[in-house]
Amino acid sequence: MKFETPLVGADEHGAGRLTRRAIFQSGALLVGAQAPLMAHAQATPAAAPVAAELPPQRMQVQLQINGQAHHLEVDTRTSLLDALRENLRMTGSKKGCDHGQCGACTVLIDSRRTNACLTLAVMHDGQSVTTIEGMAQGDTLHPLQQAFLQHDGFQCGYCTPGQICSAAGMLAEARLGMPSHVTRDLDSSNVALTDEEIRERMSGNLCRCSAYPNIVAAIRDASRERS
Amino acid sequence: MKAFTYERAGTPAAAAAAAARPGARMIAGGTNLLDLMKLQIETPTHLVDINRLGLDRIEPGENGGLRIGAMVRNSDLAADARIRRDYAVLSRALLAGASGQLRNKATTGGNLLQRTRCYYFYDTARPCNKRQPGSGCAALQGYNRMHAVLGASDQCIATHPSDMAVAMRVLDAQVETVMPSRTRRVIPIADFHRLPGNTPHIDTNLQPGEMITAVTLPPPLPGHHVYRKVRDRASYAFALVSVAAIVDASGGRIRSARMAFGGLAHKPWRVEAAEARLAGTVLDEATVNAASDTVLAGARGFGHNDFKLPLLRRTLQITIDEAARTA
Repeated sequence: MKFETPLVGADEHGAGRLTRRAIFQSGALLVGAQAPLMAHAQATPAAAPVAAELPPQRMQVQLQINGQAHHLEVDTRTSLLDALRENLRMTGSKKGCDHGQCGACTVLIDSRRTNACLTLAVMHDGQSVTTIEGMAQGDTLHPLQQAFLQHDGFQCGYCTPGQICSAAGMLAEARLGMPSHVTRDLDSSNVALTDEEIRERMSGNLCRCSAYPNIVAAIRDASRERS
Repeated sequence: MKAFTYERAGTPAAAAAAAARPGARMIAGGTNLLDLMKLQIETPTHLVDINRLGLDRIEPGENGGLRIGAMVRNSDLAADARIRRDYAVLSRALLAGASGQLRNKATTGGNLLQRTRCYYFYDTARPCNKRQPGSGCAALQGYNRMHAVLGASDQCIATHPSDMAVAMRVLDAQVETVMPSRTRRVIPIADFHRLPGNTPHIDTNLQPGEMITAVTLPPPLPGHHVYRKVRDRASYAFALVSVAAIVDASGGRIRSARMAFGGLAHKPWRVEAAEARLAGTVLDEATVNAASDTVLAGARGFGHNDFKLPLLRRTLQITIDEAARTA
């Protein structure tokens, strides 16, 4: 593998940051360069003062995932997302930003939609988690999955598991009469899921391919099927 | 993320005692704390999980108000029938913030304690007095579009990011806490957050380990409740300027108007003298503009955020106008 531009460039925000140019110019980056990148990240700790560091702490946790009990031992730092993906190898839930901004990691915890990247596995001991792997009933797709297929609600598909889990949680919230930012009448507990409502309620799920019109159409259809 | 030990607290007082230890932090929804821990801006060595303490009910308070448990999630608070009916400004503010997923996790107490979204606070390669006291403020001469125009200091021009806190301020909410010593106290929301001064690393007047147990609301206030938020996107973005208002008016005459502002300062901003200028007046543009003068007394921009001064005037104008007409 040959890089024509240095992978790690200096810019005005400080030395040693990976430049966007370098990322775009090195097509094979994601496959080839992860190891050097991670080594680099470890070599330059952040500016926070370094106190005597604790060794990693491990704890037992039991999670009910898609109806099945899983006992695992995790580093306390493990996010629920990493527990799913790395410890349990359930890679349906995606890691996009890892900071709660993109929604690709959305799962249902005790039926409520949540960013799995912004919560710790140890905080959910004994709770039940539904991921995209648990949406279908055997070979029968969940109505939302079917609707996403019918409406072509994706292009690359990376955000799709989060979109579908988020939509499932959102439809449950709407059925409970929970209002949104665009709900005109706060006193009414009947939520009419207009496209405006769907868009607002789904704003925590980004789609870089911008399949939004088809995502909205899929959710609109699935919501009518269920009601 | 730095390694940490983890415990689940049994009672609020035990949580307070555990969190008072050096290096310890409480974790509730965790949506802000974990974000900051991943970037090593927050580096606790011990986490005290308060998620199973209860404190998740909304109950009638004294004098006809409501008592909101510190662990009531933002989405549940916004959807509560009593809040929607009697404290609509609070529902509206909550629904204007974050995303559905985050509101499901974020708590009433945690929302008050969220840290600024100043880019330089987040960028560990740049100086920031809030993150590292004495290192300087990169925002003063930097890209400061989001930053404060009121109450700032030469140490810090960060803003408080919460929408909910702005509504709490207009409602004159009170924050109930328990100390590690088990002593309880009540802090008026006006005294809860601090201006940066020379100690921008201290956001609130809570003592080490002091835990929020509830936020109480006074009896419902008459008038039309509005929360208007101006931001770069239609959804899921922090406020450039926001106004929480409760306007009691009829036939174009304003009986009373309460207003609090987000996006302007290191804490939710409220100027009672501006409210006095509106009380008893007939609504017109000049009156609201005079109220804006009072709100903006001493305001200054730092370059990129100069637009917030005229934006505040226009936002207040339309907010009061709409509220008075629908009241």
